[in-house]
Amino acid sequence: MTTALTATGLGKQYRRRWALSDCTIDVPAGRVVALVGPNGAGKTTLLHLAVGILSPTTGTIEVLGRPPSDDAEQLARVGFVAQDTPVYSGLSVADHLHLGEWLNPRWDQGLARRRINELGLDPGQRAGKLSGGQRAQLALTMAIAKRPELLVLDEPVASLDPLARREFLQLLMASIAEDQLSIVLSSHLVGDLERVCDYLIVLASSRVQVAGDVEELLSTHRRLIGPRRDPRTLPSDHDVIEEDHTDVQSTLVVRCDGPILDPAWRVEELSLEDLVLAYMGRARHHPGVNQQRLSVLG
Amino acid sequence: MIRLTWRQFRLQAVATFGLLAVVAVMLAVTGPQLVHLYDSTVKPCKAQGDCSAATAAFLSHDRLLQGLGDVLVVVPGLIGVFWGAPLVARELETGTYKLVWLQSTTRRRWLAMKLALVGVVSVVVAGLFSLMVTWWSSPIDRVNAAPFAVFDERGIVPIAYAAFAFALGVTTGVLIRRTVPAMVVTLGVFAAVRVAITSWVRPRILAPLHFTTGLQVPHGNEIANPNPAAALKSGAWILSNQTINGAGRVIGQGGAINSGHGTGVGFNYTGPARTVLQGVGSCPNKFPSQSAPVAVFDRAAQLCVDRFHIRQVLTYQPASRYWTLQWIEAAIFVALALALIGVTFWWVRNRLT
Repeated sequence: MTTALTATGLGKQYRRRWALSDCTIDVPAGRVVALVGPNGAGKTTLLHLAVGILSPTTGTIEVLGRPPSDDAEQLARVGFVAQDTPVYSGLSVADHLHLGEWLNPRWDQGLARRRINELGLDPGQRAGKLSGGQRAQLALTMAIAKRPELLVLDEPVASLDPLARREFLQLLMASIAEDQLSIVLSSHLVGDLERVCDYLIVLASSRVQVAGDVEELLSTHRRLIGPRRDPRTLPSDHDVIEEDHTDVQSTLVVRCDGPILDPAWRVEELSLEDLVLAYMGRARHHPGVNQQRLSVLG
Repeated sequence: MIRLTWRQFRLQAVATFGLLAVVAVMLAVTGPQLVHLYDSTVKPCKAQGDCSAATAAFLSHDRLLQGLGDVLVVVPGLIGVFWGAPLVARELETGTYKLVWLQSTTRRRWLAMKLALVGVVSVVVAGLFSLMVTWWSSPIDRVNAAPFAVFDERGIVPIAYAAFAFALGVTTGVLIRRTVPAMVVTLGVFAAVRVAITSWVRPRILAPLHFTTGLQVPHGNEIANPNPAAALKSGAWILSNQTINGAGRVIGQGGAINSGHGTGVGFNYTGPARTVLQGVGSCPNKFPSQSAPVAVFDRAAQLCVDRFHIRQVLTYQPASRYWTLQWIEAAIFVALALALIGVTFWWVRNRLT
């Protein structure tokens, strides 16, 4: 199986600020990847680098085995919906579908029409008059009808109401089943994506905090609750992500590949949201720390 | 890609061509009338001599349409501001570049098609308009016999201005990335470049010619000096008209001598042997006594000026260079436009990322 996204030492600098630094990830194809992180973490920068709107300051990125935005052929393989779901406000919905047909060799006009129909959008409506949610749906329709191999969606559900959100995610799942599509979605809330994603990347403070298969991440991260204890006295394979101490009790989130053997701990499963929050919290308190990154790869 | 660009641009293009068609009809109707009027009033009187009344009457016709020349001066600026500046800036500003760059068309092709379609329409609009105005105005221009006075509203230069203004607008939009500031900057830079080329390059790019003649003192009660430009072939562009003394120093402009009080050629007569040419010195020749007729005074005054070797030097571009200068100026603006387009491609490829 090929990889959907490979980045090595990827970094992007705007004037003096690094929006993304030292990002190394390797995402297999055929996955639904959730890219999660707080606002301003560098998610949009990473996605823009992936689709070739931006070019990196340092490092390299490959999408479906090739550098992004190389030529028309590579562009045809990647679909993208930007965060603000831009559409041409002066053109109608139907014009947008024509535009897609004119510009994309693999465009599926039947699919696009069907979807616009299902969504109840009036093809004659000017895109500037659409609501935020409708605009997002139009942009998404265009990205899907392009028949890409990789679909990149920046905060796709942010402008959708809860019902539209669910329908949207169902549609995505249907698409991936049909097309062997790889999908990368970003959100600042993992809850939005939890039901659909099977791969997780946590980005915070311009760095990748953790990346990996969701099941594997959930099985190797646990919350330990027990008598107060200095985390430094834990076995070396326990990597402490989050610690919280009261006078008598310690609560730790640790990553540990093997079982927890110490009977003093009460061991709890983590939800995906807890896991993400633990990494985000660590990034905020120790912005320089991301030694997790390397050990997660592989 | 060209279809998308056309879809985005067609309303403006159609409206502009519609307007152009209306103007064309108006000019097509009035143009032949103007030619007929010229043939029936100005042409016969030219054969007879004095024509001032006939030409004045002729030139007062179709004043409104004569104003189209001024409109033509403005058209390239409008093209730059309304078609050039927003072309890319609006996509950058509204974020639609993130939509269109992710279709299966390269960024370079996207830019090339936009530039080609809107650029060609810009050039065609300016060209057609200039062609109409130049054709319609030809009898008027023949009467005025001052081709350089309407240099930038005739012939091929408006096309080059339009190409330049368009390219300037696009480049500014790409650099500034915001539509309205890009429009303002485009207008300012375009006007500045036009003024600079008009006032510094156009007069000097071909070394101007000089025409030197002895300064003629006005006769009797005439105020103005005889105009030496009449000796040149009509239609010349006079760049300067200087009065120089025997040593070659400039001592006045427009047939006058700077004397500290007033302009003109003044004599200070306090007796036959003591007459001073103001601003120069005592006349070496004798003047007649006060009772002599005016014509004798005029002769003495002219002799004094001649003795001082005071001459008038006209610096000018002859009318025969009109089309050479049109081509040169057009080439300059086209070269600037191409350079700007090169910058735009480079910037979109390397800097908008």
